[in-house]
Amino acid sequence: MSSILDLDLASARSALQKKEVSAVELTETYLSVMSSNDHLNCYITSTPEKALDMASKSDHRINSGDALPLDGIPIAIKDLFCTDGVLTTAGSHILNGFIPTYESSVTENLWEHGAVMLGKCNMDEFAMGSANTTSYFGAVENPWRSDDRQKSPLVPGGSSGGSASAVASRLALAATGTDTGGSIRQPGSFCGIVGLKPTYGRCSRWGTIAFASSLDQAGPLTRTVRDAAIMLKAMAGHDPKDSTSANLQVPDFESALTNDVRGLRIGVPREYLLDGMPSEIEKLLETGIEMLRTAGATIVDVSMPHTKFALPTYYIIAPAEASSNLARYDGVRYGLRIEGDNLDDMYEKTRSVGFGAEVKRRILIGTYVLSAGYYDAYYLKAQRVRSLIKQDFDLVFDNVDVLLTPTAPSDAFAIGENDDDPIKMYLNDIFTVPASLAGVPAISVPVGLSKNKLPLGLQIIGKMFDEELVLRVGGALEGMAGFKSRPAGGA
Amino acid sequence: MSLDKGTVKRVAQLARLRLDDEQLEKTAEELNKIFTWIEQLDEVDVSNIEPLASVTGHSLPERMDEVTDGNYPDRVLSNAPDRASNFFTVPKVVE
Amino acid sequence: MVQLLKGETGEWEIVIGLEVHAQVSSEAKLFSSAATKFGAEPNSQVSLVDAAMPGMLPVINKECVRQAIKTGLGINAKINLFSVFDRKNYFYPDLPQGYQISQFKQPIVGEGFLEIEVSDGAKKIGIERLHLEQDAGKSIHDQHPSRSFIDLNRSGVALMEIVSKPDIRSGEEAGAYLKKLRSIVRYLGTCDGNMQEGSLRCDVNVSVRKPGEELGTRCEIKNVNSIRFVQQAIEYEARRQIEIIEDGHLINQETRLFDPNRGETRSMRSKEEAHDYRYFPDPDLLPLKFDDALVQAIASDMPELPDAKRTRFIEEYELSEADATLLVEERETAEFYEEMAAGRDKKLSANWLGTELFGALNKEGLSLAESPITAESLGRLIELISDGTISGRIAKDVFVDMFESGEDALDIVERKGLTQISDAGAILELVESVISDNASKVAEFRNGKDKLFGFFVGQVMKKSQGKANPKLVNNLLKDKLG
Repeated sequence: MSSILDLDLASARSALQKKEVSAVELTETYLSVMSSNDHLNCYITSTPEKALDMASKSDHRINSGDALPLDGIPIAIKDLFCTDGVLTTAGSHILNGFIPTYESSVTENLWEHGAVMLGKCNMDEFAMGSANTTSYFGAVENPWRSDDRQKSPLVPGGSSGGSASAVASRLALAATGTDTGGSIRQPGSFCGIVGLKPTYGRCSRWGTIAFASSLDQAGPLTRTVRDAAIMLKAMAGHDPKDSTSANLQVPDFESALTNDVRGLRIGVPREYLLDGMPSEIEKLLETGIEMLRTAGATIVDVSMPHTKFALPTYYIIAPAEASSNLARYDGVRYGLRIEGDNLDDMYEKTRSVGFGAEVKRRILIGTYVLSAGYYDAYYLKAQRVRSLIKQDFDLVFDNVDVLLTPTAPSDAFAIGENDDDPIKMYLNDIFTVPASLAGVPAISVPVGLSKNKLPLGLQIIGKMFDEELVLRVGGALEGMAGFKSRPAGGA
Repeated sequence: MSLDKGTVKRVAQLARLRLDDEQLEKTAEELNKIFTWIEQLDEVDVSNIEPLASVTGHSLPERMDEVTDGNYPDRVLSNAPDRASNFFTVPKVVE
Repeated sequence: MVQLLKGETGEWEIVIGLEVHAQVSSEAKLFSSAATKFGAEPNSQVSLVDAAMPGMLPVINKECVRQAIKTGLGINAKINLFSVFDRKNYFYPDLPQGYQISQFKQPIVGEGFLEIEVSDGAKKIGIERLHLEQDAGKSIHDQHPSRSFIDLNRSGVALMEIVSKPDIRSGEEAGAYLKKLRSIVRYLGTCDGNMQEGSLRCDVNVSVRKPGEELGTRCEIKNVNSIRFVQQAIEYEARRQIEIIEDGHLINQETRLFDPNRGETRSMRSKEEAHDYRYFPDPDLLPLKFDDALVQAIASDMPELPDAKRTRFIEEYELSEADATLLVEERETAEFYEEMAAGRDKKLSANWLGTELFGALNKEGLSLAESPITAESLGRLIELISDGTISGRIAKDVFVDMFESGEDALDIVERKGLTQISDAGAILELVESVISDNASKVAEFRNGKDKLFGFFVGQVMKKSQGKANPKLVNNLLKDKLG
């Protein structure tokens, strides 16, 4: 194992700027471990030529004293971000051979900051899944192995499973993900890394393939909270091409990392303690509470009464939006086309072959809840409940600065487990979905290990556009937890 | 409430998805489970609650009326599975 | 006027509602910055947004919002300061997103009305709403034996859908409504009103009932693209429905197509599938909000509209209702008229514009904008008539010259020596010579054959080569013959 891989993003940045290592050298190291870890299936497409070209340009800038903030940092991109001239799949067969002629705003921002693209990461098809088992390109493996040796290999979580596994396996310094109901935070927890879902509107959605437009938000998966702050700074920013993008200055998130939580009021919503939840999750939360209390924060018991309705609400709104967002995959302008006897035959063949089972299931749910006679009972009702959930957050944030909750109700499970029970799979997102529905920022930080010696994360949820405080508390928690365990697999 | 095969079939047609008889059966069963689970929302009293319009509460940004895009048929057509000169094509539609 | 159709079982009333799709006049599309110009190469005026590439997002064009508000004010409607864009979901190859962004429950413009003038007087036609939406692309079916071709140039162009209440009772009223609406949007500059290029399209809802009874089942006739066709389609469709009902059958609510070659409507089988558009608010867009100040600013910048102009023309210029209606229908005509009539005889100006100039333009197939005679130039011809320099008769010849050469009226009159003879002495000479040349006719006249007076006038005018002042000729002849 090369020590160069042990550098986190912040350390690599400083090594690069000090010319202790070159961007090309760093990139070559990553490219080489990527190819020797194919079995993890983290990447759908690797882009070595592009990576080396970008790295040598970074070296050139560094050497001429014009270094950009992320110059020479090799990162992985979830295959939901459209990349100019590079195959983009959304983990689906329906985009067969699709090569965008445009670059998503988030990746464009990263390249403008000097980052280097290693490749495109595997993911649940159209970001629909919590285990990365719905990808047309096969399941992704988690580099962590359970102590119970029978139970292997494990899922990395989803939908940004390829991104999370790549970062945990040292196959990328950092990665982009997207989070609609927990797709950054839950895999972050399963893989023992940091996952940050920014406030809705913080990162542009332009050029990122849509799953559920009112919920989708890009964010980073990184080894440390500091790395997350660095990545978010580069990814975020107002984009006039996205009507829902927030017209706000991007703060210097890194400078918010003071580790000082003294005097902060941290709420622990009692509704996040579920009956039948593994006791180790509850214990982990207790650990987190103790750490933050010791560091000088005030822990406040709070109630958010509509929490339990978040998941069913999400499973109306997200599929409804998805059913409409995915109507454009019709075999006419790009991607897969299966010829048919007539237009509808072509549509149905193309879409039936092109979409996988989970995507079809959600399209059907979404089509049904929007259809005549059901709209009021399902979609409109769900949007009203969503108002109540948002209200829960507004009210609780009158009283506390941030919230502390578990990220996921369990540790990573085996590939194939839960695949035949959609509801059980959906329950993975029970702690992450409320913040998604409210649009507020949230981070998952690895805090401890389960009895199977698998990572578990805690979630810090903040007020709208208050990523700074979320990162500050997350950083403090990270420091106190001192999570240093490493997975068995990967580089 | 329960979704019968006929309803699933109609919904699938609306979404241009084709399910054979066996799939219809299985899907109806799955969706019924999911909707039974979703129905816990019946417990929530939403009278006088407005549906959420947006989480940020921002208003719609507008752009100027200027032509700054388009004029690149090659980019538009570059991924077309089938084309005839600068047109996309589909199986003939009879109106 | 209300037109009742006679069937075997008595009289039937036709109930008509119109849905007009008016293309918003703007440089760029509603949600993308591609151009809207008509007639470009296939798929050239298409952005990645219009082609619904993955990850593309809509951003609204400010001008289109303003145009919709302006049009709303022009149809006396309530402007909604809060409105919502919804997705209307259906699959069709010229609809790349798989949904049309439209406004369903909360349109930008609410209820309004138009006043129309028909043969039995004025009538108010209610307007239900006006909303903004995207146009679809174009499917071309006749280029290949087994394929349809798709051109997305129109995809995403802004449309205003203007929905009338079912207040229209005849083809005549439908035509008047369309003309009035077209006239208003053209006055406002919010739509060019060109029906041939599809800038203004019309869906016609027709049902029939016995007067005083409940509304009948309606059929929707799609995309009728001329006022004449709208009237033909209504006539045909009403007769068809009456026949069906009188034969003891029920009307099938359906979408129909008008075939202008046969003058018939027929069922559109491809659209028969039950529609379920699954409207929901577009999550890519936020609600459209603006304050009343914007509406007031637009209102204060409105041009005078045809109704107000018509009233003013009648009051200020003492024109007949018919003349005024004709002159105000097109903004260009009204402006031409006001320029030519400024400081001149209003009635005479109206007649010359309406009869002579439009007659000549129609004959040559020219529009007013292409007229070889300017408003000022035609106005000077009116002056020459009014001040007696030339007679109306001579003016017609001068007009023909002007239309051909573009030359000024006075130049022609001077060059050709056409100035009217108003010297009583000179005319008296002509009168006396005519009387002495036609002794027998003079005798007949004096014996009571009054009709012959015209003959003498003609002879004098002939002798003067048309230049004699007709009034003086009349007076002097009466004198001498009397």
